[in-house]
Parts: sequence; C-alpha cells; structure tokens
Amino acid sequence: MSRIAATFARLAGQKALIPYITAGDPNPGLTVSLMHGLVDGGADIIELGVPFSDPMADGPVIQRAAERALLHNVSLRDVLKMVAEFRQTNQDTPVVLMGYLNPVVAMGYTEFARAAHAAGVDGVLSVDCPPEESEELAAELEAQGIDPIFLLAPTTPEPRIAEIARHARGYVYYVSLKGVTGAANLDIADVGRKIARLREHITLPIGVGFGIRDAETARAIAGVADAVVVGSRLVQEIEAATPETARERLTRLVAELKTAIH
Amino acid sequence: MDRYDLPDARGHFGPYGGVYVAETLISALAELNEEYARAKADPAFWQEYHHELKHYVGRPSPVYHAKRLSEKLGGAQIYLKREDLNHTGAHKVNNTIGQALLARRMGKKRVIAETGAGQHGVASATVAARYGMECVVYMGADDVQRQAPNVFRMKLLGATVVPVESGSKTLKDAMNEAMRAWVSNVDDTFYIIGTCAGPHPYPMLVRDFQTVIGEEAKVQMPEMIGRQPDVVVACVGGGSNAIGMFYPYIDVPGVRIVGVEAGGDGLDTDRHAAPLTTNAPVGVLHGNRTYLMQDENGQVSGTHSVSAGLDYPGVGPEHSYLKDIGRAEYDVATDSEAMAAFHELCHLEGIIPALESSHALAWAIKHAPTMSKDKVILVNLSGRGDKDINTVAALSGITL
Repeated sequence: MSRIAATFARLAGQKALIPYITAGDPNPGLTVSLMHGLVDGGADIIELGVPFSDPMADGPVIQRAAERALLHNVSLRDVLKMVAEFRQTNQDTPVVLMGYLNPVVAMGYTEFARAAHAAGVDGVLSVDCPPEESEELAAELEAQGIDPIFLLAPTTPEPRIAEIARHARGYVYYVSLKGVTGAANLDIADVGRKIARLREHITLPIGVGFGIRDAETARAIAGVADAVVVGSRLVQEIEAATPETARERLTRLVAELKTAIH
Repeated sequence: MDRYDLPDARGHFGPYGGVYVAETLISALAELNEEYARAKADPAFWQEYHHELKHYVGRPSPVYHAKRLSEKLGGAQIYLKREDLNHTGAHKVNNTIGQALLARRMGKKRVIAETGAGQHGVASATVAARYGMECVVYMGADDVQRQAPNVFRMKLLGATVVPVESGSKTLKDAMNEAMRAWVSNVDDTFYIIGTCAGPHPYPMLVRDFQTVIGEEAKVQMPEMIGRQPDVVVACVGGGSNAIGMFYPYIDVPGVRIVGVEAGGDGLDTDRHAAPLTTNAPVGVLHGNRTYLMQDENGQVSGTHSVSAGLDYPGVGPEHSYLKDIGRAEYDVATDSEAMAAFHELCHLEGIIPALESSHALAWAIKHAPTMSKDKVILVNLSGRGDKDINTVAALSGITL
C-alpha cells in the first residue's frame, strides 16, 4: 500500500490536514525543518511546492514565496534532496510535490520519476498538466509507484469528472473556487454541493484547497471533504516570521487547523 | 508536401502546442473551441469580419515596392506588405476584431488582454470600444513605464490598464497575470490573446485571423510582378504577424519562408529573445509546448530586445513545428541591425517602421545584396514606428 493510501486508511474517516509550503522559502536550509514542524503540528500529508519562475495559477502570496526561493536558485533537484533528507527521519508522512510542468520537462520525465521515487516522493501534482497532456508523465510516475494527483474545478463538467477519476491516483484535489491560490471568494455551500456530485464518480479521497484561510473555513470544508489543503495562509505565516520563529509559528498554526477539522 | 492540416483536434502541431493549463480553464477553452468551430463554418461570421477589415481597418493593406532601398542594396527587389497602414498601426487589429466578434457570439461583455509594447493592448481597447465591451489590459510595470504613450492611448479608448509588478515585469508576466485574471472571472470574461501562442485553440484562431495578410499578398504579388515572391520574411516574437504571412505560403513551392527573431545584444550573449534560432530546449509555458528560453532547471529566462514586442522567451508552437519540418527557417537580427534598418527605411522610403518589423527588414537588407536583381523579397512590415520614437530618441541620446 502506498504511503498516501496508508495515511487515509489509518485516518479511517477522520479528516486529513494537508499543509502546503514552498520549498526553499524563506531559504533552502530551513525547508526540511519546516516540514518536520508541519508534522509536529499534525500534518497528515505535506504538499511541497516546487518554485517556478511563472506561477500562473498562484495568487500573490505563493508567487512571492516562489520568488524568495528562486533568489536562492532552488531547483527541482534541490527539492528532491530536501525530500530525501526529510525521509531520513520520517518514513510515514506522504510528500506530494506541487508545481508546474516545465521544471519536470527540463529534467526529463523518466529521470524525474526515478529520482522522485528514490527521494521518497509519494505524489506529484502538476498544475498546468491536465489529464489530456499527462499520459506520458503519469505512466513514468506510476511505474515508480508515485501517484499522479489531478485537479478538479468548479468548472469541470460531469463527463469529465468521470474521465479524470479514471486517471487519478492517491487523492483528487478539488479547487474550491474560480480563481488563484489564496483568493477570498470561497463559497462553502457550493463546495458541498459540488463534492456530492464528485462522489458519484470518484471513490478516492477528495481534498479541497484554494481559499481556506482559517480554522473556521477549514472546519466547514472538513464537513464535506476528506482532506483540507491549506497553503497561502501558511506561507503568510512564514512571511511574517523570522527564520528563527518560522517553524514554531507553523507548528502552532497547523495544530490549530488540525483541532478545527477533527 | 502532404496537405498541411494542423493543429490536430487536441491542438497539437506535431509535438508542440496542446492545452497545458489548470483544470479551471479547460471547459472555457473547450467552449471557445466549439464556438469557433461553429463560427468558422458560418459565412455570416466571415462576412462581418471582412466587412470590418475593409471599412474599419482599411484593408486590404497595400504592397509597396521599396525601389530606392532596393537600388541602394543593388540586389534582390524588396517589397513591403504595409500592415503599418492598418487602423491602430499594426497587424494586431486583424486578430482582435476576430476574437471580439467571437466574444460577442459567446455573449461575453468583458474582455481582457496582455500586452508588451502596447500594440495588442491598444488593438484590444479599440475593438472593445467599437463593440461596447469592458476592457482590462495587463501590462508589465516596466513596460508601462517604457510605453507611456500607448498606456495613455488605451485609457483614452476606455480601457483599464493594470501594471503587473511580478517577475520580470514584462510581457511574459503580463500574460501570467492575464491568465490569473481569466481564471478568476472565467464565466463572464473573454481573454483576447495577442499572439499565436497560449493553449489550444488560441494558436489556431490567432493564425486564422492573421492569414488575411498572406492571403492578400498571394493575390497582390502576381498582380504586381506576375508571380509569387522568392522569399517572404517576417519578425517573430510570439509570431502572429509571421504566421499570418507564412501560412498561406506553406504549400506554395519555391517560396522561401524566413522568420527573424530578436538577436538583442547578439547570440554570443544571453541578452536576446531567439528560442528558435538558438535551438532552445523544448518546454511548457502559457499553455503550450514549444521552444522556450530557460535555464538548466527549467526556470524561464529573462529576455532582451530593443523591441518590447519581440521580448518573449517562447514562440508560437506552429513556428516550432515549421522549424522542425524545415518548411520555415529562422534567423536573427540584433538590436543594432534592427536600428540601422529602422533609420534606412525612414531616410530612403519615408516610412517609419516599428522596431519589431525593423528586424525583418534588417534580414532583407543583409541578404538582398547577395541575391540577383530579378529576385524578390516580400517583407511583412507588421507595424509603424510612431510608438517607438521615444525608444529611438533615448538610444540616440536625445530627450524629446
């Protein structure tokens, strides 16, 4: 059983908390420590952002995180090294890489899949690689036992939901709103209705992200989803902290969110 | 060659193109694709499009024999396709009219656009005013500073100009921001992409709306010289004016097709914008797979060109395909070669060309002397240079 499947099995219906941080933000030396800090606070799965020069689906908060990381030239290979280092002391918490396709294209699908497996990566979500374009990459990932994670959106029509369900592994990520990460127009009742429809086609756990900003919205989303993804809010916490206080502040915030969703 | 019929149903030109966007945009692109298929088969749509091109834009644009320039060079005869004479001063309006008519068919009352030098922004603001639509234009903050007259033109036309402060603050970042804005307002907003890049169906529909350039030339050249030209040449940033000129000539045997990229400070430096000529690695940006200037880690490179309209790290996917199959060839003109061509055309022909178009002209000026006098080079003069006089003055150390 994959680490992601094992995590959801262990939770046995309890809701999963999936925090996101951008690798290399605020500096590459801190990332592994922050990942452990997320686990200390109660992270069930970690989404680790791979910084990219042109983050088209991200709002200003995560854009700034990528810019901070890129000031240190953090590359996809560096991110894989961080995951490998994290794995030296944590063999249980799944790590999902989230980012854009081009760095993966530049590395080569086969080499990336092998290196990601060797580093201990469990899932890969390429924001700008929908199922139409993902056949080759998904095959390489699955050959290495890595789950290709796919997005679903409020605009995804019914027949396409079933189609994506056929490609999806691990969990699916429902984008809760029409917008970029960190947007403020989350409509929880609408998310609830949409997820009920998704469940007619999807047996995998459903995570919900984009626009979950505090314990209250996290709790409400946990009422309808299997997993709650929080990104921009955590990145803001890193932004407001010093390198010395970032880990402690992240752990505290994650613990708060975890309490809220249980 | 076999009949050229690309892209395929999924937007691929061989290994290039595609639909590399986040899930939220997929259904909007599918909707656009379906509506365009209906419009394409609807004679009334094309009738209105051509009516607008004739009465509003002033088409057909003439072909002009640059005799004094040709004489001075002493080789091939240079002809200019005068897209600079279009309303708004460039080829961009051919495409914005087509897309605005599509937007109207789809019931969208709000359009957004990205712009570099401001020409596509002005052309979008123009058609938005013409058809009574709200218009928001995203423009890199650095370009807003550099292209102040075009920013003011857009505002005069009723558009809102949003300076983009992220990344390199130029065209690619404006396009990122326009994509973000589209995803956030996807129900009521039509995104007018200005070049033959972006996710399918944009490279196809921008091409289709720009092919009027080459279609006209194919009729005009035989009228003027009794045959087709030996070479057609156009500048390539994203490549919309070039694909508009090239596409109708793809299946005309014997016509050499040349795209000219921005050589910037020279290909021996990293300050240029020439992904095709330098054989940049293939990558994915702004919804399509194409040759893309990037570092070894797949981060998109900053680019440089004296002309903001060519200052883009990628290129339309169809150009990547035409390069690979060898039907088109790609070369560069440097900043200084383009500047020299700019001045040459001003002095010898009384035409102030856009700095973008000056790159195509520079190629012709370089190669005409190596060809015999009975050969003909048709240069797509994609825009006029009024917008560039501040840049040219600054480069000449003159304050206006």
